[in-house]
Amino acid sequence: MSGTTLEQFNYDNKIVKYFGVATVAWGLVGMLVGLIAAIQLFLPEANLGNPYTTFGRIRPLHTNAVIFAFVGNAIFAGIYYSMPRLLKAPMWSKALSWINFWGWQLIILLAAITLPLGITTSKEYAELEWPIDILIALVWVAFGANMIGTLIKRREKHMYVAIWFYLASFVTVAVLHIFNSLALPVSFLKSYSAYAGVQDALVQWWYGHNAVAFFLTTPFLGLMYYYLPKAANRPVYSYKLSIIHFWSLIFLYIWAGPHHLLYTALPEWAQVLGVVFSVMLIAPSWGGMVNGLLTLRGAWDKVRVDPVLKFMVVAVTAYGMATFEGPMLSLKNVNAIAHYTDWIVAHVHIGGLGWNGFFTFAMLYWLWPRMWKTNLYSTKLATTHFWMGTLGIIFYALPMYVAALTQSLMWKEFSEAGRLAYPNFLETVIQIVPMYMLRALGGLLYLSGAILMVYNLVKTAKQGSFQAEEADEAAALTPHKAEKGEFWHRAWERKPVFFTIMATVAILIGGAIEIIPTILVKSNVPTISSVQPYTPLELQGRDLYISHGCVGCHSQMIRPFRSETERYGEYSKAGEYVYDRPFLWGSKRTGPDLHRVGGKYPDSWHYHHMVDPQSMSPGSLMPPYPWMATNIMDHSNLPAKIKTLQKLGVPYPEGYEQQAHADLMVQAEQIVANLKSSGVEAMPESEIVALIAYLQRLGTDIKKTTASNP
Amino acid sequence: MEVIFILIAISLILAGSFLFLFFRAMKGGQFEDSHTPAIRILFDNEQKTKEKKVPSTKSK
Repeated sequence: MSGTTLEQFNYDNKIVKYFGVATVAWGLVGMLVGLIAAIQLFLPEANLGNPYTTFGRIRPLHTNAVIFAFVGNAIFAGIYYSMPRLLKAPMWSKALSWINFWGWQLIILLAAITLPLGITTSKEYAELEWPIDILIALVWVAFGANMIGTLIKRREKHMYVAIWFYLASFVTVAVLHIFNSLALPVSFLKSYSAYAGVQDALVQWWYGHNAVAFFLTTPFLGLMYYYLPKAANRPVYSYKLSIIHFWSLIFLYIWAGPHHLLYTALPEWAQVLGVVFSVMLIAPSWGGMVNGLLTLRGAWDKVRVDPVLKFMVVAVTAYGMATFEGPMLSLKNVNAIAHYTDWIVAHVHIGGLGWNGFFTFAMLYWLWPRMWKTNLYSTKLATTHFWMGTLGIIFYALPMYVAALTQSLMWKEFSEAGRLAYPNFLETVIQIVPMYMLRALGGLLYLSGAILMVYNLVKTAKQGSFQAEEADEAAALTPHKAEKGEFWHRAWERKPVFFTIMATVAILIGGAIEIIPTILVKSNVPTISSVQPYTPLELQGRDLYISHGCVGCHSQMIRPFRSETERYGEYSKAGEYVYDRPFLWGSKRTGPDLHRVGGKYPDSWHYHHMVDPQSMSPGSLMPPYPWMATNIMDHSNLPAKIKTLQKLGVPYPEGYEQQAHADLMVQAEQIVANLKSSGVEAMPESEIVALIAYLQRLGTDIKKTTASNP
Repeated sequence: MEVIFILIAISLILAGSFLFLFFRAMKGGQFEDSHTPAIRILFDNEQKTKEKKVPSTKSK
């Protein structure tokens, strides 16, 4: 463009530095918590005998820390560096950038405080309670507004493919987060999901799977399309392919959620829908992998020497492996074997450790020398980190696969007499304990490598000098077309991205406010007349169960296989869950399914089992909960809970909140009497009594009917 | 189970808006050149000196 004057502007590296440092710091925290969780799975003593460090709460702390704190900050760091450079414009608003930064760190801090305290919704990857959910939405919108503002101010007419990925991630995560977090607050720190049972499960996994899709995948693919070509100094293998796989990927991913609920009480056709789209997803996913790897054609000699490229190659390969595995696991016959086992844990860690972790490391190793205007302190250390990380992934994944197949086959094994070959669930757990030890070793290797990286990055920064602002210049964006009588909407029309987002938000907000309450108040799941709401004491016990994260190890969903009905009892029906807010089907069985545990054991068995699991099941991995016997429960929130549930359509009688506490005490006294007859003293207001009430209720409602179920 | 209709509606709206966005991007000429963008990102900006440079075609 000869004759145009070039405009001067600066890129802001300071925000990238902050996000980068946050990525590293939270990464270490998240991995350390993960390692603790891994150790707890073969060493119950590592639960440390208090509620705050017990596995049920440590696990969500780990998942939130690595997904939202480690990967989340990495996404922001990567975008705040690449986006201005791709669009030849600084980020639209420094204020928004910093609101994004401090807001996100505040959210992480709140998560780190509330999750160990047991303040949780129990919905996987959406555990945070409603005030934090609102904060997340606000900070996320600030981030999006900053991106869109930058787009509007851009000097580069063409939007590089990475930008498309960033935008799709922003829009979709916003939609998912808002809809899955819809809940009615009971108090400042407790809410009940807007959906119940099957519905809640479906919304949760529509969200949950797309969190993997649009938080762990699309942002990173965007980053891949910028950093991989930059690191290899080669243009992306096929720009056309990147465009095609982008559009197909975002279109298909939205529908795959139900594959987390195969063989559950979710209607068949919804399951099929999920499977079909999941299988199709292999094409666009592999489009991304192929495009990444082939970008290195003619640059493989560089991979031999450059640790950044080494990390990237393994990251993209791990992405390819995980996205091959995903469609396979979505096939119903494979899922029948893998569901509830460690296979799923292995799968998500191939993605998490391999794809997200390794790509983040590569990006940090690439960014640091550039922002501090120096060379990487030590290539050798980075290479060592690479091998430690790779070994870590191998030591993590392979034992998990072995554990998963072993345990699944043991669960399903029948003897010649037609009985379960391993009727005791614990046998199948003890069998795989060595694998859990190996997995922890893998995690330790991976974490140690990350610590090496911290040292390397610190030394790199020390030997360079940080450049907070980087100057650049470019010609202004030529107007799209000559405008006649500019009107605000005309400007919008020229901004397809902005326009779409505004339209989407407008439509969705209106739809949500109108449709959801109208439709969801009455459930139309095949009704089972004998299914009744929880009594006040059971409700309190259930909230205790939620608060302690029991769902992390115990499912409440018996699939219609003979091996499961034989082991647990009648398979689970959709109608049994109509009063479950949130649903607690679970996605991993470290312990047995509990959906039919009601009435199976006497109250005193539960008492002893909670206080000291090993006394009832020698060799059990379950953490002890001795404090439950002595902790007195605060039942003052009961009226508020009853009223909230009534609003959500649970048919407690009018004015029941006045009566609830008296009913609760009657039921508690009954349990105390039962315990006393077995020689156990317990206070009626103790936590254990409420929990026993809930456990004894589980799955018993349908036993009260004559067999007339659909 | 109606929630799935809502989810499908939302998914359709989202997918539909992506489709709309795609067409708009097509019309806006975003995809007319599928070669240079891939190469352009590889050019790093050099540190600019104070003097106004005569704009030239970038060929670093």
